[in-house]
Amino acid sequence: MNDSVSRNTQSQSRSKKPPKTSPDSTPDISSETQDIMVYPAQFENLDHVREFVGAAAQKCGLDTSAIYAVQLAVDEGFSNIIDHAYGGECLEKIECKCQISDAGLTVTLRDCGVPFDPTAIHDPDLEAELEERDIGGLGLYFIRQLMDEVGFSFMRDPETGKRCNVLRMRKRKEI
Amino acid sequence: METTHTQYKHCDLVKAQGRIDSATAPQLAKALDDITGAGRHKIILDLSEVDFMSSAGLRILISTQKTCHRYNRGEIVLAAVPKRIHDALELAGFIPLFKFYDTVLDAVGSI
Repeated sequence: MNDSVSRNTQSQSRSKKPPKTSPDSTPDISSETQDIMVYPAQFENLDHVREFVGAAAQKCGLDTSAIYAVQLAVDEGFSNIIDHAYGGECLEKIECKCQISDAGLTVTLRDCGVPFDPTAIHDPDLEAELEERDIGGLGLYFIRQLMDEVGFSFMRDPETGKRCNVLRMRKRKEI
Repeated sequence: METTHTQYKHCDLVKAQGRIDSATAPQLAKALDDITGAGRHKIILDLSEVDFMSSAGLRILISTQKTCHRYNRGEIVLAAVPKRIHDALELAGFIPLFKFYDTVLDAVGSI
């Protein structure tokens, strides 16, 4: 298996039909762009994936605070995949998809590692004293706090048939 | 990510620059472990030039604080923390666990 990074970009324009009850209204043209990068599961790629999603967040029109939030959430997700889905750095793949729409940015991370059950992870105790403070679960907690919508699912990789974890995160554009 | 270390008579100053994430966190851990390993437990961490920190960095802050607090030996304090990093510390509920100083000078004078 080669350890190179690969890219796939698509632009789609969709037009909605004008409502029949108001013939004077102009059609709603919404466009969505999608960009996919695939990285080997290594921490040195955190810089690249943060840059990738940061650029998408900027293109989407998110403010600097939201861009940082997206980069941090994706960093946490990517790091968790390496640590937990793959049990450490390796040459297995992590796919990162950015979808930009008028509503905001959706970032999807996909891996074919150990199946992930988000319900098994409890939120960290934010009020525990220093000695009782447990660091586990902080990454996932950050993702949920920083992004507006977070969803976990499974799918089959179309090429290998392997079962994949899918982490979908959405950041809405402030109006 | 770069770290620089200055040893004063009564404390140690570590300045971190750049991004602290799962790739670079071990460097920060080593810089701090080297100090505590030498029996020195009053540490100022200057975060003024850190432009990104993930939970990997937060883990190191906590474990270093636990080490320094043990047997009432000392503490690690945070100086010149950028707003973004401060916000993340707040999100993680870390604010009560550390002392914060606006400048390194204030920290050196108070620790």
